Amino acid sequence: MPQYSININGEQKSIDAPEDMPILWVIRDLLGMKGTKFGCGKALCGACTVHLDGQAIRSCSMPVSALGIGKITTIEGLSDEGNHPVQKAWVEHIVPQCGYCQSGQIMNAASLLNQNPNPSDEEIEQAMSGNLCRCGTYNRIKEAIKTASNS
Amino acid sequence: MFPPIPIFKNKEVEDRSQVFKASRRDFLKLGSLAAGGLLLGVNFQCSGPKGELVTFAPNVYLSINSDNEVTIIAHRSEMGTGIRTSLPQIVADELGADWSKVKIVQAEGDEEKYGNQNTDGSFSVRMFYEPMRKAGATGRIMLIKAAATDWGVEPSECDTADGMVIHSGSGKKVPFGELVAKLKEAPLPAEGELILRDFSNYKLIGKAVPIYDLKDISQGKAVFGADVDLPNMKVAVVKRCPVIGGKVISFDEEKALAVPGVVQVVKIEGSYPTGLDKALEGVAVIADNTWSAMKGRDALEVEWDLGVNKDYSSAKQMAEMLESTKSNGKVRRKRGDFDGARRSASKVIERTYEVPYYAHATMEPPTAIADVKADGSCEVWAPSQHPQWARGAVATALGVDASQVTVNVTLLGGGFGRKSKPDYVVEAALLSKAAKTPVRVQWTREDDIHFDCYHSLSAQRIRATLDGSGNLTGWNHHTVFPAIGSSSALTEVQPSDGEMGLGCTDFPFDVPNIRIESHESTGHVRVGWLRSVSNIHHAFAIHSMIDEIAEARGKDPVENYYELIGPERDIDFQSEMVDGAYPNYGEKIEEYPWNTGRMLNVVRELTEKSNYKAKKEAGRIMGFAAHKSFLTYVACLVILDKDSNGNITIPEVHYAVDCGVGVNIDRIKSQFEGGAQFAMSLATASEVTFENGVAQQSNFDTYPIIRMPESPKEIHVHIVESSIKPTGVGEPPVPPFIPALANAIYRLNGKRIYKLPFKV
Repeated sequence: MPQYSININGEQKSIDAPEDMPILWVIRDLLGMKGTKFGCGKALCGACTVHLDGQAIRSCSMPVSALGIGKITTIEGLSDEGNHPVQKAWVEHIVPQCGYCQSGQIMNAASLLNQNPNPSDEEIEQAMSGNLCRCGTYNRIKEAIKTASNS
Repeated sequence: MFPPIPIFKNKEVEDRSQVFKASRRDFLKLGSLAAGGLLLGVNFQCSGPKGELVTFAPNVYLSINSDNEVTIIAHRSEMGTGIRTSLPQIVADELGADWSKVKIVQAEGDEEKYGNQNTDGSFSVRMFYEPMRKAGATGRIMLIKAAATDWGVEPSECDTADGMVIHSGSGKKVPFGELVAKLKEAPLPAEGELILRDFSNYKLIGKAVPIYDLKDISQGKAVFGADVDLPNMKVAVVKRCPVIGGKVISFDEEKALAVPGVVQVVKIEGSYPTGLDKALEGVAVIADNTWSAMKGRDALEVEWDLGVNKDYSSAKQMAEMLESTKSNGKVRRKRGDFDGARRSASKVIERTYEVPYYAHATMEPPTAIADVKADGSCEVWAPSQHPQWARGAVATALGVDASQVTVNVTLLGGGFGRKSKPDYVVEAALLSKAAKTPVRVQWTREDDIHFDCYHSLSAQRIRATLDGSGNLTGWNHHTVFPAIGSSSALTEVQPSDGEMGLGCTDFPFDVPNIRIESHESTGHVRVGWLRSVSNIHHAFAIHSMIDEIAEARGKDPVENYYELIGPERDIDFQSEMVDGAYPNYGEKIEEYPWNTGRMLNVVRELTEKSNYKAKKEAGRIMGFAAHKSFLTYVACLVILDKDSNGNITIPEVHYAVDCGVGVNIDRIKSQFEGGAQFAMSLATASEVTFENGVAQQSNFDTYPIIRMPESPKEIHVHIVESSIKPTGVGEPPVPPFIPALANAIYRLNGKRIYKLPFKV
């Protein structure tokens, strides 16, 4: 089994994994970090969103062999105490219902604001369109992103 | 003495209704909580090295220790409604706890101890509002008595707030923790002493309280079904027979076992009919991790006998069902003489409506962890809406007593009725037993869409008759859909009284001649209950038709609604039921009447708060529907815009709701915000179809749900202030949204919608 050294949340981790194993399962099953969620396995729902060098990716569809020296950030590594502006805005707007998709939503929103600190409503909608929420928290997500962008 | 749970009729759900009935007894006991009942005595414990930590528990839901920690048990499952916050909020308010310091602990599945835990039917608050108030009040009264005795004052001069007992005259205060040691021998309050707070004195009930798990969720720390890790745990993915009712003929495990990480291949025996609480026939691949299990399943070769449903086509069944609605069905409710009304009518409007199968598509696909130990006992961790049913189903599957099964409830990544059914929990238990180690069974999204317990497909035909003066004189509604009972008994070919009572036989309009009929249909896949259940298709058909009637009468839809509902009254459905009972969601109609006045008040609230009149005069495109379900009155207004490119958007949705006392105002709002979006997916995006017995959709590419750009831009929720006993809000937002949207679409482009889903 191939061995990989991957950088995740600022730490270098050594793992044995088949080369086609998606990063999602490396994170969840091999490294035991459970904040990143499985939703569809085909990059259709965004529940598994993490950052690769600060950009949102769907970890369910990226094999570990493709990672190279890229740096992964998961929800656990977004901030020390949940004090990232996006997380604070999520709390302020009481965004989550069941909460399952929210790690992915937060990571995607943080990536959006990295690239576009003041997105319009339409830009928010487009950037977040890959992240599904079955409970229907879209309106509060949008409001929270606007709050975070102003902070 | 209580009506049975109305929704289901078959054997399996008889079991389920036994659970319900038993719980109703518990509820009674809880209702007389002061007299003892479930709370036969105060639980008092000393712990710590020197016994220095003293814990006082006046009942199973509440404990207070000498470190001033208040712990409240959440015994209902959290799937996004906020119930894990709302019920403890009630206990804390009566107690006078410092909410910021309250700790909430999730209960395991144990009916004897906690009463009903079936988190379903929008009845958690309805059923437990009073018991939770009494649970908190018991603690408050006992703490006050202890403090008053110390101070030599009358208990009536004291109250609690912020985790302290306070004497109003002197301003003396004492934290709860300093009193608990004095409560060792204290008796529970007598019946007459258990005085609840006046509604106006509540500090948490009726307020927007943030959910308990908010920070954990926003930091990725909240624990869902697949997030529990056990030592030596394996992961299983199951290849199930693609057609319900099929069997494994043979399988070759060699290629699966060759996948690195795969450790075992296990056949699971299914049955037919499948029921909703048994494993489906299939072959499981057990591996060290999820990816290996998935790869192993891909490599597994299975030869199937596809069984009796191998030619099943949902399109063909829909055509047959539509045809059947043209004949005479089984009459379920009758008033007057519809045929007479039809003969003398000056206008008859006749329409048919089609609604497909829907999958729940919870963001968290089904998953469960089981650890079957050498002594045969089993511990489960599962995102379960109904841990008691899971406990019983696992015990049955393993052939052990329920007392040997422990079900721990994690957070649920969505439920909507799917996770009431414990089939996936049973799979985990069977596989752990076979593997002799803890096993997590993981459903993929494809599994979820292919093998759901679907919302049933349905066909309906409605005829409405008008006389020469434009009065609605007759209503004839035909409905046909495979019943939930058909999943467990193939002889169940008619919807139960419960299913008919979900938006069909409870037709509230004041029409002199009514005939409501149902028709036979057979089950070919598993059908279950999805958020608001049969209200989905019934409300779509009825309120679409009511809108056509408004047009035929030349009336504004809201004005039409007022006129058709008729004078203020409590509606008596039971006297018009034919060979059946009017179920009223399991509640006595005297206690929870269908009151037309409350409905019209909700409609009034909607039109006022949404500025309906002004918007209408301004030419806004609007669709209206008002529908009571799960004992909650809801009116809905959907407003549409069309931009210069012809794209339709929904700038505003307005809801008005009367659910009695609103416990957590913010979570009521969030249920309606989410309910609109859930309903929008049903109306415009999703459907499951079957050909050759196989679901034709498999993931979010072929079974879409709405995404943020399609979502209504603003959803306003207007809550009617009320001190009437609360009902529920999980499901009631869904039914009226769909016809309100369809009616708005008609005003936009002149096309009536008769079939879901429709393109916007």
